[in-house]
Amino acid sequence: MSATVAIQSKPKRSAEPLTEPAPVRWLLIGVAGLFLALFLFLPLAAVFVQALEHGVATYFAALREPDARAAIRLTLLTAAIVVPLNLLFGIAAAWAIAKFEFPGKSTLTTLIDLPFAVSPVIAGLIYVLLFGRRGYFGPWLDAHNIHIIFALPGIVLATLFVTFPLVARELIPLMQTQGTQEEEAAAVLGARGWQTFFRVTLPNIKWGLLYGVILCNARAMGEFGAVSVVSGHIRGLTNTMTLHVEILYNEYNFAAAFAIASLLTLLALLTLGAKSLVEWRTRRMAPATDEPKDELAS
Amino acid sequence: MTSSTHRLAGASAVAIAAPARRHRSVLPGFRLSLGFALLYLSLIVLIPLAGLALKATQMSASQFWAAVSSPRAIASYKLSFGAAFVAAAINAVFGALVAWVLVRYRFPFRKLIDALVDLPFALPTAVAGLALTSIYVSNGWIGRFLEPLGLQVAFKPLGIIVALTFIGLPFVVRTVQPVLQDLDHEVEEAAASLGARRWHTLVKLILPEIWPALLTGFALAFARAIGEYGSVVFIAGNMPMKTEITPLLIVIKLEQYDYAGATALAVVMLGASFVLLLAINLLQRWSARRQAGCTD
Repeated sequence: MSATVAIQSKPKRSAEPLTEPAPVRWLLIGVAGLFLALFLFLPLAAVFVQALEHGVATYFAALREPDARAAIRLTLLTAAIVVPLNLLFGIAAAWAIAKFEFPGKSTLTTLIDLPFAVSPVIAGLIYVLLFGRRGYFGPWLDAHNIHIIFALPGIVLATLFVTFPLVARELIPLMQTQGTQEEEAAAVLGARGWQTFFRVTLPNIKWGLLYGVILCNARAMGEFGAVSVVSGHIRGLTNTMTLHVEILYNEYNFAAAFAIASLLTLLALLTLGAKSLVEWRTRRMAPATDEPKDELAS
Repeated sequence: MTSSTHRLAGASAVAIAAPARRHRSVLPGFRLSLGFALLYLSLIVLIPLAGLALKATQMSASQFWAAVSSPRAIASYKLSFGAAFVAAAINAVFGALVAWVLVRYRFPFRKLIDALVDLPFALPTAVAGLALTSIYVSNGWIGRFLEPLGLQVAFKPLGIIVALTFIGLPFVVRTVQPVLQDLDHEVEEAAASLGARRWHTLVKLILPEIWPALLTGFALAFARAIGEYGSVVFIAGNMPMKTEITPLLIVIKLEQYDYAGATALAVVMLGASFVLLLAINLLQRWSARRQAGCTD
């Protein structure tokens, strides 16, 4: 038994990568660690330390304050509208792109990524140009007493734009690697369209879909630039959580600003945790992922 | 190779059998899904962006030029592009190092650190700005050590570079990491057995392999940093001509109801973004070809 282990472990050892001498290795790890500490870990720690600096009572008082509660409600409401819409779009776009061939497909894929190339400030600006008081539809909207800019619809639109590609981007590569054979088999066996989707496609993509939704939600709740342009910063009415953080900071109310910020940071950490979990699940479900090249070649 | 020949064969078949229509998929929902995707894309992205272009064409050339070439605008471009470039360069160097360390070495908390690299993707930019400012102000955790050295970070251009470095951190790591993982050890071993010094192997063998990915990561971080707003407004101090980035100038113009001025600046920024997007696409194609070439 031990002999076989020794024999088996030998080729493994020789296949190990070449490496640097230990002091060089630890120096490089140290420099990389210092860089990450300065730019990642310290800011992360700072949020929680400063949120709790004045005690737990102050912390929870800051979260219970009426304007803070209104901001949290608005952020939740915005995400509750934005995430399902972008989810629907993501599934539709991924279905069309991954399962069918049509002219202009690569253009469509590029256009889906477009919002990532646009500054969040410009994402807000384009809606102000359309619906703002001096925008194209401003006078008409004014006459009909419809409020888009400096109101919830504007915040929703700006957030939709910024988080637009997230679900689609998760799903397209995933559905492309899975091909169309299973769905075709289901269709040939007489499954109806939605049946095929819910019984065959959805179980295959559920983890990627889940991560896309979680990421989309995190970005929707955390958006700042685009929302800041269209919100009007009306306390208790059009202030989202991130905008409330800015107002509190500008009023030198640091403890309260960090208290709200800590909630958003927790959300970010949960999102990263979900990502790791989803990656772990997909690796376990498909043990052959060590050779993705072979899959492509076949 | 096979896929491209396949595509060619398919294209000629289509050309021959053009009137007979292409083979139809048995799968349902093509029209519904594509129709909905196109409608939604048009409503949320394309029509609003077209509105911006329309607004820009309504300005006279001299009006447009005056808006984009005012001294305040020029100062903001220099700052936005300069700081974004420096931050992307810092990320290129340290991002490659972080990717190397994560792929090649084993040490405690490696998995946790690997997962946390994505933090800038998930953390709201406003929170990042707030946290970084609190650390780098003169009495902050790091600022207090830099202050005696005469180094001020917060409310100076240096602070903007710090924020943009944070924002762009995952890009280089996440583009270089998979390339390093796929790298063939045999080449390195061959070089070593032929007597090449380790340092030589790194520079002559590994660097050329990761170079396309490194450039892609740099360009992605640069593109992201140019448009960044949330984290910068907290740490920059926002002094006109000194620490005012272009996105902030757009917001200021909007608050003054100067829609034309804001639009002109936005067109300049979008133009730069699209040029970068094109460059990134070319880089990624190059990088993919390189990687495909390695495995043959």
